[in-house]
Amino acid sequence: MTTIDAALARHLLREMLRIRRFEEKTIELYQQEKIRGFLHVYIGEEAVAVGVMQALTRDDSILATYREHGHALARGIPMRSVMAEMLGKAEGCSRGRGGSMHIFDAHHRFYGGSAIVGSGLPLAVGLALADSLKQRNAITVVFFGDGAVAEGEFHEAMNLAALWHLPVLFCCENNFYGMGTALHRAQSVTDLPTKARSYGIQAASADGMDVLAVREAAATAVREVRAAARPYFLDLQTYRFRGHSMFDPELYRSRAEVEDWKRRDPIPRFAERMVSTGVLAATDYAEIDSAAMEEVEEAVAFAEAGSLERVEDLSRFVYSETDDEQ
Amino acid sequence: MSSDREPRQATYRAAVREAIRQAMLADERVFLIGEDVGRYGGSYAVSKGLLEEFGPNRIIDTPISESGFTGAGLGAALGGMRPIVEIMTCNFSVLALDQVLNTAATWLHMSGGQFNIPVVIRMATGAGLQLAAQHSHSLEGWYAHIPGIKVITPATVADARWMLPTALEDPDPVLIFEHARLYNTEGELPADGAPVDIETARVRRRGHDISLITYGGSLPKTLEAADELAARGVSAEVIDLRSLRPLDTRTILDSVARTHRVVVIDEGWRSGGINAEIITRICAAAFHELAAPPGRVCTEEVPIPYPHHLEEAALPQMLEIVKQAEATVAA
Repeated sequence: MTTIDAALARHLLREMLRIRRFEEKTIELYQQEKIRGFLHVYIGEEAVAVGVMQALTRDDSILATYREHGHALARGIPMRSVMAEMLGKAEGCSRGRGGSMHIFDAHHRFYGGSAIVGSGLPLAVGLALADSLKQRNAITVVFFGDGAVAEGEFHEAMNLAALWHLPVLFCCENNFYGMGTALHRAQSVTDLPTKARSYGIQAASADGMDVLAVREAAATAVREVRAAARPYFLDLQTYRFRGHSMFDPELYRSRAEVEDWKRRDPIPRFAERMVSTGVLAATDYAEIDSAAMEEVEEAVAFAEAGSLERVEDLSRFVYSETDDEQ
Repeated sequence: MSSDREPRQATYRAAVREAIRQAMLADERVFLIGEDVGRYGGSYAVSKGLLEEFGPNRIIDTPISESGFTGAGLGAALGGMRPIVEIMTCNFSVLALDQVLNTAATWLHMSGGQFNIPVVIRMATGAGLQLAAQHSHSLEGWYAHIPGIKVITPATVADARWMLPTALEDPDPVLIFEHARLYNTEGELPADGAPVDIETARVRRRGHDISLITYGGSLPKTLEAADELAARGVSAEVIDLRSLRPLDTRTILDSVARTHRVVVIDEGWRSGGINAEIITRICAAAFHELAAPPGRVCTEEVPIPYPHHLEEAALPQMLEIVKQAEATVAA
């Protein structure tokens, strides 16, 4: 294991806590009917987004799923603009037009939250193709769930990326359920790296509940992708502590299973380890956590004070506006 | 290849090839991607010779993965390139429909104006080559239902040559439907050719008794029908829509205001087709201009059959257009 200094430990803990507290707040706001539509929270999976983002540079491109608040925050998109997006406000990162499932931010090369399972993978191939044709030294990371592995687009994209030697990091957030269907009920072969290897793609699994393990796996993968201009597949095994969305009675899994995984909660697990090894002081957690909660409150206040887009602007951005053209 | 300076006869196929070639010479960001566009030379031979000239980085053969390579085209467009995606026929394009409908058409709006997708997607459309029900359908009217993309249907050799550069300049996704039966047609490419707009309709023939409104592969049949009608004493105006989204309502209404009678010719199926949209717009905006109910000649509501006589019976035909026009004029 690489050495972890206090600054890094604080950073990783802060990033995971920011996501956790943000997500808890979105649930609250959903119950208050301030957030509507579908809401998919990332609680339990924070180590995945946070761990992977450490390996990326500003020039790299990112695509995510409809459970993408965590990726957006870990990428550095300001929390207030993500929260304003949840509330459908014009100050949101997508002007409120996307909502929870469609976070976009050009400045951070964050190419969206997509709600069509698997649809980001071909786009990732294309972004990497553009980088390769322009000889840009950047990679594209696409996050998707284990459910996407059953989609044709997964297989098409894996094949194209391998065939054309494209710098794509395929990050499978394997939480063992595609909505309510368990992996073993959806896949004839449940070892997902096997699928990647069948396309000649280097692949590895990592403990997605351990931010350091994810960070290390991602660092290795990204190094390979950059050096060899070849795709790489990461199977990051994790677990969603909450339902699929806010409308999930969770009939498909047992309470005991959920409790088992909660014992591996990536946040206390990491914090305890850092304190016990003396990297962090016992008081650090509370300090970082209260800062995260403060940031969330500030983001909510910002979002609540935000404005609604004018109805007259409804059909803006169906097509590009001449003024906006580069 | 000869330069654009000399006027010449060219086939529609050669015009599309020339358009792609010139676009690639002019802009390094342009590349062609699709099934068999390279070694094979394109399923309708449009891209023949381009691999030799531009190499495999710019004429990219793909596996049979419509959704994969169409999505890759969109991604490359997001990444700053100007891809031309070729899909063999519009029947196959439905395998990539997710990327067109859920990504290409939504990204700009969903991202609040941040991510436009400057991609061009070309595909063959239409029947008449006895290719049966999985190679012969006309889905351009269907695609025209979708806001966020543009749908164009070049019907002449000059439009085949000069609509493409404009489509590539467009910041948003443009779908180009090339009727398979047009590839061998010939027409003149004027010496002073230049990019043309991709949003307006054209009056291809002036007339005062009736407006025949059509697009794409039905334009030659409709012009023949207008000749036949002239011989029978009916003066027909022929409108070539050129673009189905946006739809140039102004040109349509101006024509109807002159002729007061209209027949729409559309190779799509009748029900819920673009023909219905055109007629609705006319009725809503110019009802009192109409001297007779609008008529339409469309494809029969069957999967296109293989045998020649049945295929011909399913499609709009010249004499059927004449008959419908005469009935509308007599009404």
